[in-house]
Amino acid sequence: MHKEHSYGAIARDDILRSIRNFQLAALLGWQDVVQRYRRSSIGAFWLTINMGVLIAALGFVFGTIFDSKMSEFLPFICIGLIFWGYFNQLINEGSTSFITNSETLLQLPIPFFTFVLRTWWRNTIILLHNLVIYPVVLIFFGALVDTDVLLVVPGFILLSINLLWMMLILAILCTRYRDLAQIIQNIMQVGMYVTPVMWMPSHLPTGTSPLMLNINPFFHLLSIIREPLQGRSPIPINWYVPALMAILGWTVALFLFGKYRQRINYWL
Amino acid sequence: MTSIELENVTVDFPIFNARGRSLKNRMISYATGGAINADAEGHVTIRGLEKVNIILKEGERVGLIGHNGSGKTTLLRVMSGVYTPSEGKINVKGKSASLINISLGIDPEATGRQNIALRGALLGFEKRALKLRRKEIEEFSELGSFLEMPVRTYSTGMQLRLAFSISTVIQPEILIMDEWLSTGDEGFKEKANERLRTLIGNTKILVIASHSKELLLENCQRIIWLEHGKVRMDGDAVEVANAYFT
Repeated sequence: MHKEHSYGAIARDDILRSIRNFQLAALLGWQDVVQRYRRSSIGAFWLTINMGVLIAALGFVFGTIFDSKMSEFLPFICIGLIFWGYFNQLINEGSTSFITNSETLLQLPIPFFTFVLRTWWRNTIILLHNLVIYPVVLIFFGALVDTDVLLVVPGFILLSINLLWMMLILAILCTRYRDLAQIIQNIMQVGMYVTPVMWMPSHLPTGTSPLMLNINPFFHLLSIIREPLQGRSPIPINWYVPALMAILGWTVALFLFGKYRQRINYWL
Repeated sequence: MTSIELENVTVDFPIFNARGRSLKNRMISYATGGAINADAEGHVTIRGLEKVNIILKEGERVGLIGHNGSGKTTLLRVMSGVYTPSEGKINVKGKSASLINISLGIDPEATGRQNIALRGALLGFEKRALKLRRKEIEEFSELGSFLEMPVRTYSTGMQLRLAFSISTVIQPEILIMDEWLSTGDEGFKEKANERLRTLIGNTKILVIASHSKELLLENCQRIIWLEHGKVRMDGDAVEVANAYFT
């Protein structure tokens, strides 16, 4: 690779090659899941059981505290917890994507973004396992969803585009600054409480500034999934913010990745 | 035409101490105008290679010698595209592959067969291409019904056989090796060496780092002697080997 190549070209080349050979990332990601649960007969559904217990317990406690209708609150907290878990894992594991694959990176000329995709795929498989809880909750309460549920497809695509740039940027920065991963962990922990995961926006006292929700990017990212799954259409701002974030985020990510792509191996 | 051209290639490794690795310290140093730990920032570098000029042409079989830390592995990594030189240029024409750690990516919990798929994918085989070679790999490994067992149940020799069988199905134009591959028991050794020789015979450029004089003289016509990241001597294999191994 020549130095003359622009940052954008270097980044684009790496990412396109990774996507074209997605089967490698998919195989590695799948292998990660299989490896973790190889000796248990129900495999990754262990996680589903854990998640189910968590949802039932927190749903019951917070639903009672907030005096909410369970048929409304339980589906809400169910999706919130499942997807927050997904964000959290992606961001935390995403930031160590390069560090944990350093041996491979130092030996084989595999495009780097493959390892971000690997992390993404592994956690998406786990997400799919966890998602089986949701229909059970719906059936239990006899709740119905209508065609708005289909909006979850564009919602998930937009969500993934956003999560992938975050993972890429963090993977680069965390390889260089090893204490950043801990800071990220803290941020995600706090994020869970300030984002409506365990509380509903309707629980906020009237007169609360809407900024409390709207400046939180995770509120929007969660809404484009949760609203459709609950049979509602997300409000426009829930779409605009993630769309804007995707554009800005990827611009920064491509710049950083192009600039430091060739330095990452030296940082490992 | 396959070729590798290195022009004034220099490789500097940044050595970060705990402070240089820390974002917090970096922030503090900004906030305090950089007065604190101005030199403890971690910008120490170690020179791995210094102004290396090498041109390898098609058909060349080149050995690398030098003491530990002389830059052999770094040079191999530059040639295989893992490290981009900090200064200078490298131009590689042709598909290269390295046989450095052949066990990389082998998952001990997965079966032999799954590992063939896994390691194969890491080497750049697509699913379909690998399917065609699968039988060949399995037969070569002589593992028979053990291919259905997790690799952790294998003996060391068997693990090596599996890794060797998968890793040598590649046929690159440029082959990069760090020492000859060890392949376990006697019976397999002959067969494995035979295959390696065929593989090397079919590659257009071979670069092998080694400490063994016999091995280098047997396989290479040219030897490059590295010392402290610089080329100390570069020329006819016998000449350089005699100078180095005295």
